[in-house]
Amino acid sequence: MSGFVTPSQTVGPFFAMRLPWRDGPYVVPEGTPGAITIIGRVFDGAGNVIPDALIETWQAAPDGTFAHPDDPRGASPGGYHGFRGFGRCETAPDGSYRIVTLKPGPLPAPDGGTEAPHLDVSVFARGLLDRVVTRMYFPDEAEANGSDPVLSSVPADRRGTLIAEPLPAPAEGVEGSPGQLRFDVHLQGEGETVFFDV
Amino acid sequence: MTADVSTERPAAGSTAAGDTLILPSYGRAPAGNHPPLDFTGYRSTALRHPKQPLVLLPQRLTEVTGPLLGDELITPTDADLTTQHAGEPQGQRIIVTGRVLDSGGRPVPDTLIEIWQTNAAGRYRHAREHHPAPLDPNFDGVGRCITDSAGRYRFVTIRPGAYPWGNHYNAWRPAHIHFSLFGRAFTQRLVTQMYFPGDPLLPLDPIYNSVPDEKARQRLIPEFSIELTQPEWALAYTWDIVLRGRNATVFEGRPA
Ligand SMILES: [Fe+3]
Repeated sequence: MSGFVTPSQTVGPFFAMRLPWRDGPYVVPEGTPGAITIIGRVFDGAGNVIPDALIETWQAAPDGTFAHPDDPRGASPGGYHGFRGFGRCETAPDGSYRIVTLKPGPLPAPDGGTEAPHLDVSVFARGLLDRVVTRMYFPDEAEANGSDPVLSSVPADRRGTLIAEPLPAPAEGVEGSPGQLRFDVHLQGEGETVFFDV
Repeated sequence: MTADVSTERPAAGSTAAGDTLILPSYGRAPAGNHPPLDFTGYRSTALRHPKQPLVLLPQRLTEVTGPLLGDELITPTDADLTTQHAGEPQGQRIIVTGRVLDSGGRPVPDTLIEIWQTNAAGRYRHAREHHPAPLDPNFDGVGRCITDSAGRYRFVTIRPGAYPWGNHYNAWRPAHIHFSLFGRAFTQRLVTQMYFPGDPLLPLDPIYNSVPDEKARQRLIPEFSIELTQPEWALAYTWDIVLRGRNATVFEGRPA
């Protein structure tokens, strides 16, 4: 049991005045070796795109550490240059967002076992009185995903909503990052994304 | 910050016997503290709230850590919304100040606060804003600051205006300032709104009234402070913002 906190209220339709940052989508600077791009769209219960949502991501570094005092292992000596672990992107008129980052490493879990590489994802929007929280896992980690304690706690038929899709690498000479993933978020309805009570 | 000087870092994903990971945990707010995601009085929730129950996620490394964004983001005029242009904005100058605390009463230092609001006439500076009230060339309505070592913050701004919205016939939002806070951990992230004491629109506003618990709702309203009001210059309001706190057992058993 815990004390009262300040209640959440919706981010409303006009958060774009303040919350988007020019470098918000860049968890690492564009062009960082090994950078991956996560793209996706946010949908409502009628299957329409949501053009006024805000996506935020938080994740470990490629070696599975966090530059944070509550990671008892401490951050990587030297860290990863320019990596801040945090990404923020508002959706465009077509409901799309984009995050440029490094793939996180696996993490030790407090109850033993290992967590598969993942990002925590928050979604804010008009019509959401509180943020909703989900996780994004990686499609090339079938084995690690299979033993991930959080994925295992989700009904098997809904786990797929938490795993990004690989996108084909762009053709030679065409702009784009080779490591592209798609992670769509469905707030409601068919294929509704699994959301967590954290 | 711990004084951990061990040089041997366990490999990420290590599950070696005896390698127990001890993490803090953050308490959940009591029932009625936060609004439900499905609230019929606020029409936009209808197609945007998940219908499946949330899955309980026991907090792990990703949830008990979070971005610690520092002073590099802040410029001196960010916390004074009245001095961001050559001229003075229209309206009633106000000071909004207080502390960011956790539910255990501990201050939350060095945390980023971002705010946005209408001008005195109730108009946002935003491309999708259609309210036919005047823009103010001297007011953008955006600010940010970082709490100090005691969790204190302070903004100087203009009292925002009420504005109409399309939720129902003759719907008006009470005057409010939007606040976004990070805290020290992913679990503490909060986006909320600060209202004003005595606003006759509060009892009519579905967003304010979506908070079920009356006492929790009142946490969205600051107190007027004559002590902090600056003579001949600005009215002051004090508003403490409370984020989720660490559970009491956190420090027991922490490695020395
Ligand atoms: Fe508003």
